[in-house]
Amino acid sequence: MKPNPTVLIIDDERAIRRLLCAALEPQYQVCEAENGQLGLQEAVARRPDAIILDLGLPDMDGVAVLKRLREWSQTPVLVLSVRDREADKVAALDNGADDYLTKPFGTAELLARLRVIQRRAPGGAEEPVHVIGLLQVDLAAHQVKVHGREVSLTATEFALLRVLVQHTGKVVTHKHLLRTVWGPNAEEQSQYLRVYFTHLRKKLETEATGRLIQNEPGIGYRLLAAD
Amino acid sequence: MSEESRPNPDALLAEIQREEKEAKRGRLKIFFGMCPGVGKTYAMLEAARQRKAEGVDVVIGVVETHGRVETEALLAGLKVVPRKASEYRGITLGEMDIDALLARRPPLTLVDELAHTNVPGSRHPKRYQDVLELLDAGIDVYTTLNVQHLESRFDVVRQFTGITVQETVPDSMVDQADEIELVDLTPEQLRKRLAEGKVYIGERAATAAENFFREENLTALREMALRYTAECVDQELRDVMRARRIGGRWTSAQRLAVGVGPSPYSAPLIRWTRRIAVAMDAPWVAIYVETSRPLSEEEKTRLTKNLSLARQLGAEVVMTTGDDVAAALLEAAREHHITQIVVGKPLGSPLRELLKGGSLSSRLIRGGGNIDVHVLSGEKTAPTSSRWPWVQWLGQNLWRDCAWGAGWVAAVTAACWFLQRWTGYWTVSLVYLLAVVLLALVLNRWASLLAAALSALAWNYLFIPPVFTFRIATVHDAMMFATYFIVAVLMGHITHRLHTRELAEHKRRQRTVALNRLLESTAASTLLEEGLGHAVAELDALFQTRSVILLAGPDGKLETTAHPASTSQPNEKQIGVASWAFDREQIAGRFTDTLPDAQSIYFPLQTSKSKLGVMGVNMEQRKTLTLDERELLETFAAQIAALIERHRLMESATQARLTEESERLYRTLLDSVSHELKTPLAIIETATEGMIGQCQDALPAQGRMFLEEIRRANNRLRITVSNLLDMTRIETGRLPLNPEWFDVADLFQSASERVKNEVASERIEISVPAEIPRVRLDFLMMEQALANLLTNAAACSAAGSPIRMTAQLDDGTLVLRVADQGIGLAPGEEKKVFQKFYRGAKSKSGGTGLGLSIVQGFVRAHRGEVLAENNPTGGATFTIRLPVETSKQPL
Repeated sequence: MKPNPTVLIIDDERAIRRLLCAALEPQYQVCEAENGQLGLQEAVARRPDAIILDLGLPDMDGVAVLKRLREWSQTPVLVLSVRDREADKVAALDNGADDYLTKPFGTAELLARLRVIQRRAPGGAEEPVHVIGLLQVDLAAHQVKVHGREVSLTATEFALLRVLVQHTGKVVTHKHLLRTVWGPNAEEQSQYLRVYFTHLRKKLETEATGRLIQNEPGIGYRLLAAD
Repeated sequence: MSEESRPNPDALLAEIQREEKEAKRGRLKIFFGMCPGVGKTYAMLEAARQRKAEGVDVVIGVVETHGRVETEALLAGLKVVPRKASEYRGITLGEMDIDALLARRPPLTLVDELAHTNVPGSRHPKRYQDVLELLDAGIDVYTTLNVQHLESRFDVVRQFTGITVQETVPDSMVDQADEIELVDLTPEQLRKRLAEGKVYIGERAATAAENFFREENLTALREMALRYTAECVDQELRDVMRARRIGGRWTSAQRLAVGVGPSPYSAPLIRWTRRIAVAMDAPWVAIYVETSRPLSEEEKTRLTKNLSLARQLGAEVVMTTGDDVAAALLEAAREHHITQIVVGKPLGSPLRELLKGGSLSSRLIRGGGNIDVHVLSGEKTAPTSSRWPWVQWLGQNLWRDCAWGAGWVAAVTAACWFLQRWTGYWTVSLVYLLAVVLLALVLNRWASLLAAALSALAWNYLFIPPVFTFRIATVHDAMMFATYFIVAVLMGHITHRLHTRELAEHKRRQRTVALNRLLESTAASTLLEEGLGHAVAELDALFQTRSVILLAGPDGKLETTAHPASTSQPNEKQIGVASWAFDREQIAGRFTDTLPDAQSIYFPLQTSKSKLGVMGVNMEQRKTLTLDERELLETFAAQIAALIERHRLMESATQARLTEESERLYRTLLDSVSHELKTPLAIIETATEGMIGQCQDALPAQGRMFLEEIRRANNRLRITVSNLLDMTRIETGRLPLNPEWFDVADLFQSASERVKNEVASERIEISVPAEIPRVRLDFLMMEQALANLLTNAAACSAAGSPIRMTAQLDDGTLVLRVADQGIGLAPGEEKKVFQKFYRGAKSKSGGTGLGLSIVQGFVRAHRGEVLAENNPTGGATFTIRLPVETSKQPL
């Protein structure tokens, strides 16, 4: 039997660590670190499958930990913090976090997000065809089907959808989307996104599919994973 | 349209700017005549009465009727500003009260006799300067002027009438006139009027008729007045043509230059050049060549006067240096593309000119190439002070210096008397030579020449055999004597010249050093007080005086207390002069045209961006202020202004850094407070949820109820904390807007999703008209504001009752409404609901009363407003009105 995946929790709040342990224990092996320095050491020593990171650490800022980590590791990171300002979330995501969850959090939501980021962990071969609920996207053939019916998308719409599909379930920041689709000079033009996503949603979302693309105001967009 | 004849945009722009400037300025109309008695004042008053009949508020600043009955009759019904009485040498004289006029600001005022000279002690020495100030203040002025008072006609009038006019008006003043009306009368008519006693009363009429009012004088004056008016009309026509781009920029393509020096003959040259330049419609410059020869005080004064005359008459003044005046003049002329040069006829002796390589004019003609040279004769009647200018030039030190020279020669002679016993009489000549050279270092030129001559005679008489006679026995001695005499004179002369040049150089160096020191000391100072202290100390040392610095206060007005760095304290009158200089951004006080009776001269301290203050320098002890001293003072003023501005900028930079620092501190504080408050809440919530999710079945019913209560209370606490933090952000003004383009429908959707836990989405009815364009606002703030309104609506209405969200665009204002069908507002609550911690009279328990004040804070951050009112059909409506940018542009 394959051993349970390992999750590293980096958080200075003992109570939070204990609660997280309790929530994760049945499915994961959990290890803990109470500050950034120890966290980085643990990450090297234990090679966890996922990391849950708090931003307000006593010795160093969480974003700094993230940057150090990303220098050598692609381990999926879920940021868990009480900071709810959009700028903080965007900073974490742009520096390599895979997702962001604000405290307080629901256990179910946490587990779902953890599953998503692990699924998308690098290593798995890039599949040309992605099926997300009723949505079927063939990245190689530029073909999109909803409920089996083909939908025609413009080149830009498809490019946006491709980025979201490649990160299914995870939030993709405005900056990332703009840079990938329009190039580095368009990073500030977030009004493009609103317009294109309005069109995209009109084309893809039906009553049967429900909401597919979620807007995270001030942060980015997320293609909801079908659970 | 050909390329050449197309209007030049710069010229058009200049014309427009000139017109704009003139629109703010008052209009000047001059009633112009050939001489007194032609009826200028009468014509002016008639015109004024007509304007008054048109409803214009005409006020008389000053009108001289000279007791003429017809004129006095016209005064009836016109308002007169009483004259200001001022005492001068025991006589009380009335001058125009310019302050009263400025305070009253009539649309039109009458000021008779533009050329009048004010009583000493008035604000301006001349009445035309008062008129300029009135025009600057936007007051229209009617005035009168005779042709003989025109600066450029001054010489001509003196030539044929023999009368020197004391009061003159610069031509530039007349150039500013928007309208010139010629009041004309034939000489016969005028003489008839004079005989009838309509011009002068009693005996004066008879003397006037014999002197000034001779027929030939009047004819000449009339011709001059007519011609001048014609020239002005011509000029106007040319201006119009230039604006329409008819013809070239200067129709004549000529540029004139006049050589100006300290000579009294320069003034007629300047006036002549102005006349020719105007007639040719050519620009003209006045060139002064500074040589190494030092100028006497009188010459300096005259030079300053000549240059300011040139400036007043509209010339550009160019200064250059060089000992070869002709070469320097030509160089400057070529630089300014001059086509014609005007100089005076040589007055020096022919021998001296030969030594110099020809007179100035002949050298100009030889070296001038294609530049035309006009040589004008110096008028014999020109106001020259003396046939022997060098007598004055040397000043009263001459006789003292000569006495010193003679005494010195006598002393050396006595010493040589003893010396010759051992050395023989030839060596004596060398001792004399040494004495003469030493003398030339300290005494003036004439004294050293005298010493050379005296010593030669003394040597001959007392030492060369046969002694005690002026006879010389041998050819040998005669040659010795002749050589000595020439060498002594030349040495004396050369030494003296070297010495004076050195002195001038020394003075120049002193100034450069002073400026340098000023720059260094002010650059090194970190405090403004220190820097200003250094600057004032340098200024005081250089001019041996005391000075004052007045700075502009935060309100932009000049402060009335001197800066502590000042070395003198201004009294109220001095502050008045300083304020004038500050307000008008002009130099005022002593040696200027404004309040020249003041003890000090005041320079405005200003940079291109702002008025910073005034620098006043006490000039009580001085008789003159030369041009370069004035320039040096202006440089000082500019440096001090730069110093003040640098410190102001530094101050504001420090302020900005402090603000940023406090911002950072505040954010850290808010972050840690929010962290400390939210973390335990998060733990409680997570723990409670975990318990509910996993251990619910193991708990008794009561336990489950307790858990549910914990969760609810925790939820409430979380919302309260979040509201409090938002409120803090609003209250401290730290609410950076992050506007972005979005659709209003999007906003409504997001807001209702945000409150899906508190308000069931089925209850929310959204209607957004399709024609509403995209708008630019801070999306998140607006989303939160709407969410708060929705939560509030849900709390005030029955579960399941609909809540309507609507949008509409109303002339650039976005109107968002959230309407419920709940209990509505109690009377008088419409404003109170937005107050902090206000809890509605009808509201259920719970809530901090912050939700609506947050809405208000967010809306106000967008410069919008939020209103609450009851619906006619029940329930309340909250209306948000926001000024927005809209965009229909598709992407």
